[in-house]
Amino acid sequence: MTEAKKNDRILLAHGGGGQLTDELIRRHILPSLDNETLSELGDSANLNVASKSLCFTTDSYVVKPLFFNGGDIGKLAVCGTVNDLAVAGSRPVALALSLIIEDGFEFKLLDKILAGISEAARQNNVNIVTGDTKTVEAGAADRIFINTAGIGVKLDCADLGYDKISVGDKIIINGTIGDHGMTIISQREDIKFQSNLQSDCAALAGLTCELLENTTGIKFMRDPTRGGLAASLNEISRSSGLSFEIHEADIPIKPVVQAAADMLGFDVLTIANEGKFIAIVSPESADDCLRICKNHPLGKEAKVIGEVCQSCDVPLVEMKTQIGGKRIVQMPYGRELPRIC
Amino acid sequence: MCLAIPARIIELDGDRAVVDAMGNRWKAKTTLLPEAKLGDLVLIHAGFAISLVDEEEAKKTWQLIAEINEFQDTPDKISG
Amino acid sequence: MLDRIQKAQNLCNTACKQLARQINIMEVCGTHTVSIFRNGIRSTLPKELKLLSGPGCPVCVTDQGYIDIVLQLADREDCLIATYGDMIRVPGKNSSLERKQAKANVKVVLSSEDALQLAKDNPEKTVVFVAVGFETTAPATAVVVKEAAEQAVDNFFILSGHKLVTPAMRALLSAKNDKIDAFLCPGHVSVIIGYGAFAEIVEDFGRPCVVVGFEPLQIIEGLGEICRQLAAGEPELKSMYDAVVTREGNIAAQKIIAECFEAVDGHWRGLGKIEKSTLKLKEKYSRFDAFTRFKISETPGEDKTGCRCGEVLCGLIEPTECGLFGNNCTPQEPIGPCMVSSEGACAAWFKYGRERAH
Repeated sequence: MTEAKKNDRILLAHGGGGQLTDELIRRHILPSLDNETLSELGDSANLNVASKSLCFTTDSYVVKPLFFNGGDIGKLAVCGTVNDLAVAGSRPVALALSLIIEDGFEFKLLDKILAGISEAARQNNVNIVTGDTKTVEAGAADRIFINTAGIGVKLDCADLGYDKISVGDKIIINGTIGDHGMTIISQREDIKFQSNLQSDCAALAGLTCELLENTTGIKFMRDPTRGGLAASLNEISRSSGLSFEIHEADIPIKPVVQAAADMLGFDVLTIANEGKFIAIVSPESADDCLRICKNHPLGKEAKVIGEVCQSCDVPLVEMKTQIGGKRIVQMPYGRELPRIC
Repeated sequence: MCLAIPARIIELDGDRAVVDAMGNRWKAKTTLLPEAKLGDLVLIHAGFAISLVDEEEAKKTWQLIAEINEFQDTPDKISG
Repeated sequence: MLDRIQKAQNLCNTACKQLARQINIMEVCGTHTVSIFRNGIRSTLPKELKLLSGPGCPVCVTDQGYIDIVLQLADREDCLIATYGDMIRVPGKNSSLERKQAKANVKVVLSSEDALQLAKDNPEKTVVFVAVGFETTAPATAVVVKEAAEQAVDNFFILSGHKLVTPAMRALLSAKNDKIDAFLCPGHVSVIIGYGAFAEIVEDFGRPCVVVGFEPLQIIEGLGEICRQLAAGEPELKSMYDAVVTREGNIAAQKIIAECFEAVDGHWRGLGKIEKSTLKLKEKYSRFDAFTRFKISETPGEDKTGCRCGEVLCGLIEPTECGLFGNNCTPQEPIGPCMVSSEGACAAWFKYGRERAH
C-alpha cells in the first residue's frame, strides 16, 4: 500500500518525479485522459499531421472559483485553448496539459477537474497527448493552476487576417455576451450572490469549422474572453486600422446578466465570454453565416451586431445606442470594480 | 451618484430581506423602508431598500420595469 | 419610445430657436453624467443645448486631503479599510488604495453592512469604513453606526466624507456662475430628501429644477420639460420620477441621518469651502468617528499643477479644455479625480466621447 492510496490529498512528493508522481499519473491522470499517444508517456508526443499550415497556441488558467455554474477550471482549460485554435481557422488536433498543484489539494477535486478536461476533450475530438505535473507548497499556486497548449491544422478554406477586413463587412456574434464573466463575479468571495447565471464555457471548433467550410466570406474571427466584446473589437479595430459601428439594440444579452451588471455598475461589453466568437464577414455571406450559426447548438442566438466603417482620424469602435445616440466603446481598464455611485 | 436598481422582495425577516432582480438574488436591508412587505418591488442602493417602486407609474417611463414584467412571463427571453 | 424621444427633442429645438442663444443645463448627479454618456444623449440634442456636468460625483468632490488620510490609515498594520469600489483607484498625493490592496488590508464592500461585519469578524483589527456619497448613501452609513452602538462593536469606525447636494447647488449659483440656466436634479438623492428640497433653488434663483431617473428616455424627457419651461420663461420645480420620488422623500432615512449626523462646513474640491455641506457624526456617536479616534483633521490638499478638475466640476470648462486631458491625465494614469472616478466628467468624456487631447 503506497502513500498515495492512504492519502486523499496532493503531497509535495507527488511532484517529485518518483513513485508518487508515477502513482498520480497512473491512478488519476491516465484513467481520465487515456489515449494511445499519451499512454506512451514519452517526453514529447509523436504526432502525424499532414504537412500543412499549423496553428499553435497556449493559455494558462487561474480562475477562481475552480467550479462554477456551467463549468470548471478543467473544462475552461480545454475550451479556451480549443477556441483560440478555432478562431484562427484551424481544426484542433492535440493539446498539452500542465498542472501546477498545491500541497494539500484534495484528490477528489483533482479527479473532478480531470473529468471536466476529459469530457471537454472528448466532445471536441481532441486528445491530451502530453503533459506535466508539478507540486508546490501550500499557498504558492492558489490551489491549482493549469496551462494548456494546443496544435491545430489550418483549414485550406480559411483565409483570415486583419488585412482581409474591408469597409462594409458585417460583424456577427454567435450569442449572448457577459455570461461567463458575470457568473464568475457572482461567485467571487467579496461579491457572492445567488443567481441563475451560467457560464457559457464551450468549445467552438465544430461551429467555426462548419462556417469556414460552407461559406466563402469570413475575413476574421476572435473569441472575446478577458475584456469582453469591447476589448476584442478595439484590438481588431486598432490592428486593422478600420473603425467599427455596433448597434446596442442588436447585442444579445440575457436579462439576468444585464441585471447583475446593473446592480454592480459594470458594463456588459467589458465582461468576459468563454463560448462566444466574433466573425467579421463579407456582407454577401452574412445571411449564410447567420443561418449556419442558428442551426448549431452554440449559435442559436447569433446576431449581426454591426459593421466595419472607414476611419476618420483614428480607428474607433462606436456604438449606436438604443435611443439613437452615439458613443465610443473604449478599451476597458482591465479590472472591473463594483460601484455604488 | 446613486446606482440603484429595482428588485422584488422574495424573503423578509424583520429588516433582513432577500431581493430578486431578474434571477439574481441579493441580500438587502429594509431598515430605511419599514413599510416594505414580501412581494414589493423596491429600489436597492448599496444593499438597502430606499423606496417602494410604484409599478404602474414606473411602466410609463421605466423600460427596465417593463422588462421585469416581461421577464416574469418569459424568463428565457433574450434582450437584443 | 422613439416618438416620445422625438417629442422631447422638439421641445429642446423649439426652446433653442426661441431663446436664440446657448442653453446650459447642469446635471448634478454623477450617475446622470454616466448615463448621458453611455447612451450618447448629447449626440441627439441640438448643438445650442449644452449639458454641463456638475459636482455630483462624490468621489470627484472629495478633497485630496481626505484621500491621503485614508491612505495613511491603510498603511497601519492594525487597520482594515472597508471601501466602496468607487474609491479604489482615486489618487492621493503619492498613491492609491488600489496600490495598497496587495497588502490585503483594503477590502471592497458593496454595503455598509459588509463593513460592519468585517469589524465583527476581525475583532483584533480596527476597521475604518470610507463613508463617501451624497444623501442617497448617508442613511446606509447611519444605520450601521446605530447598529454598531446597539451591538457594542467597538472596533468599527467611519471616516465620513458624506456631502449634501443643495448647498453645492447654491454655492455654484451664488459664486461665479451665470452660465447655468437650469438643473437636471438627481433622481435617487431625491428619493431620500424629497423633490421639495429643490424648491429653494427655483424660488431663490429662478432656475427650473426637474428631477429625473437614469434611463435615457427619462433623461431626454426631463431635458424636454426644462426646455419647455425655459421657452415659457416660467421656472418650475417638477419631478418626472414619480415611481420612486415624492415631495417629502424617505422620512425614515431623513430621521436616521438627523439622528447620527450634523451638517458642518466642508471643503469641496473645486468649489472650496461650502457652509453646512458635509456630514459629521454627532457627539452621541463620536466614538465611531475615525477623525476623533485617530486625532486627524482634514486639511485641504493641493491640486496637482495643471489640474483643472475644479473648473470642470463647476461646469466652467469642458474636460477637453484642460491641458492635461488625454495627455498626462488618462483613465490608466489619472492625475485628478474627475478622470479616475467612474462618474467623473473627464473619465466619461474620455471613455465615451470622440474628442481626445488637442
